[in-house]
Amino acid sequence: MSNPGTLALRVREAEMIAPLLKRFVLESADRAPLPSTGPGAHLRLMLKDGARKYRNAYSIAAAAPDNSTYEIIVRRVPRSRGGSVFLHEHVDAGTIVEADFPGNLFPLSQVARKHLLIGGGIGITPFLGYLAHLKGTPTPFELHHFCRVEEEETFGQLLRRAEGGKIHLHPELVTEFDLAQLLRTQPLGTHLYVCGPEIFMDLVLATARSHGWPGSKLHSESFGGAHAGGAPFVAVLKRSGLEIHVPEDQTLLEAIEAAGVEPPSLCRGGACGQCMTEVLEGEPEHRDHYLSAEEHAAGRVMMICVSRAKGERIVLDL
Amino acid sequence: MTIAFKPAETFHDDFTYRNSDAGILRFPFPFGEDAYMYSVNIEPHVPAGPSPAYLHAFDVDEHYVAECRERARVLALDPSRCKVLPHMMTAQWDTLELIMESFARDYPEYFSLAKNGSTWTWINRPLGIEDKFTFGDASTLPYEPFEYITRQAQGDFTLQDQRNDNLFVDGGMVTTQADWSLEFDIGMSFHEWHAPVPLAHQIGVFDRALKFLLRLQQAQPVRRLNWTMTINPRLDTSPENYPVWGPDRTTVTPENLPEKVHLRVELQTLFRLPRSNAILFGIRCYLASVGELARVEKWRKRLHRVLRDLPPELEGYKGLNRYRQMTIDYLAPFDDGAVLSKGPQPDQASL
Repeated sequence: MSNPGTLALRVREAEMIAPLLKRFVLESADRAPLPSTGPGAHLRLMLKDGARKYRNAYSIAAAAPDNSTYEIIVRRVPRSRGGSVFLHEHVDAGTIVEADFPGNLFPLSQVARKHLLIGGGIGITPFLGYLAHLKGTPTPFELHHFCRVEEEETFGQLLRRAEGGKIHLHPELVTEFDLAQLLRTQPLGTHLYVCGPEIFMDLVLATARSHGWPGSKLHSESFGGAHAGGAPFVAVLKRSGLEIHVPEDQTLLEAIEAAGVEPPSLCRGGACGQCMTEVLEGEPEHRDHYLSAEEHAAGRVMMICVSRAKGERIVLDL
Repeated sequence: MTIAFKPAETFHDDFTYRNSDAGILRFPFPFGEDAYMYSVNIEPHVPAGPSPAYLHAFDVDEHYVAECRERARVLALDPSRCKVLPHMMTAQWDTLELIMESFARDYPEYFSLAKNGSTWTWINRPLGIEDKFTFGDASTLPYEPFEYITRQAQGDFTLQDQRNDNLFVDGGMVTTQADWSLEFDIGMSFHEWHAPVPLAHQIGVFDRALKFLLRLQQAQPVRRLNWTMTINPRLDTSPENYPVWGPDRTTVTPENLPEKVHLRVELQTLFRLPRSNAILFGIRCYLASVGELARVEKWRKRLHRVLRDLPPELEGYKGLNRYRQMTIDYLAPFDDGAVLSKGPQPDQASL
């Protein structure tokens, strides 16, 4: 697929809404309307910090009905690859940032009889977009959000902006909550959406499956970067004739891009399948959500945006 | 850009549809080589290509007014040609937005769209339409949004909902189809509605195409061409109307062949819709008679070679059995065997 070009966005507003959360309101740098989006859409920012480049995807928490603005909320993750720290420290009102056209890997089902949303921490952001949409539809919904005690007030304020339905804020660990009871008592035709830290999503999804939820009614979105780091290794790009050192704090895809090779990629979170790459030698450590268990076991292809090498060296068909 | 619309053309009974010289030269001729075989011919739908038909998201040509009138005629006889399942209302608005914005951007002399909050004013000059409505409120339009806007566009459209890692054809406006029925297919999954296609399933074409389409991205539409042949310039070759058009195949003679036998090309486009995450599939039908195409030196030679060497399975599937040899015999005297340039472009600027 061709690249439609990028969007130049100006930060209209930037504010800290909690010690670690920064909210950005973005508008088109030329004031033209932004592309339409739907609930669950994300925006991938391309940030330039001197020679370093970050490409971070954020859920669009709100889009103005006239497409004049998008809103994102960024949690500062000090030990991440650096994109969120850069946004917190260097991006403020007036800054121009580059972004891809919005994409959507976490859309709402059009056929659900009820939507059950379960969020954790900053995983609230796609659900803010959901709530804005759902309040105009007759489909019932229910949101349960889990957060740290000290962020209860912040999330409470974010959620109060969405009216209607059942919204439950839990300033506790999901393990302290009776998930089984919630998942056992949903009406037929309910779709479950979960967004939050990996371990949180795994728990919710595993609980749902163990209570008989079919896979077609389970939806989850992970944040790109949750799996960034790991032991350093060497990637050999056979067709390009390059040997790349992948450090512990960089993804394989980022290291490849830094070397000047631009393989196709999209979500950068192991979900879309765009960056699937053939493995010629070595064993991948799979961290994606795209390949099947059989494909993981065979180890002949890998998603270079999140997966790494198990050993010290891997040879790719790139 | 000025388009000389031909509003009185007909696609039935007296069949007065014709292409102008410019219309012939802009025909999206589908054969880039002397032989034709199935291939994965999906490419980005970008404003570039060997014909002006590729330059806009939705092509508008000299047949626009006549084709919209033909659609209205078919719908009056058979309203079931437009159907959208209830859960596709968001996709209906997505379609209306995409077509209106594309038309207004690409053909500002003919279409305009003004937005004041959610109050939109749409002007379609060729059809004499001006409507003010509330985006998102179907009661403010004379039809549901999908039917409203596709009555004002050339070619068929279907809406695909994406769920369970599959696509379901959950809506459509289908009045210019090559022998398939929306009413029969509606609600089917990707493999179900493609089931009648021979050979392609076994070689995994549909598995790969589905995986590709599930990842289709907003603002990155794709396109492909398909082709068949039709007797008379008839857009509505539906299974429902087979008794009307099926017997046409028996009426071809060497004398009437250049006017009667038409190459039918579908410019198929696929757009990811932003609000619903559905896919809009456009199937734009172009017709040119063998006599019209024979006025282009390269095309008359190439069409001869393609038809002459067509695999027999394809002849049967496309329904060409009764008149393929007659068409080859008509074109053969024009073909001196000269080497033709690669690609489908006509290689001449006038006729």
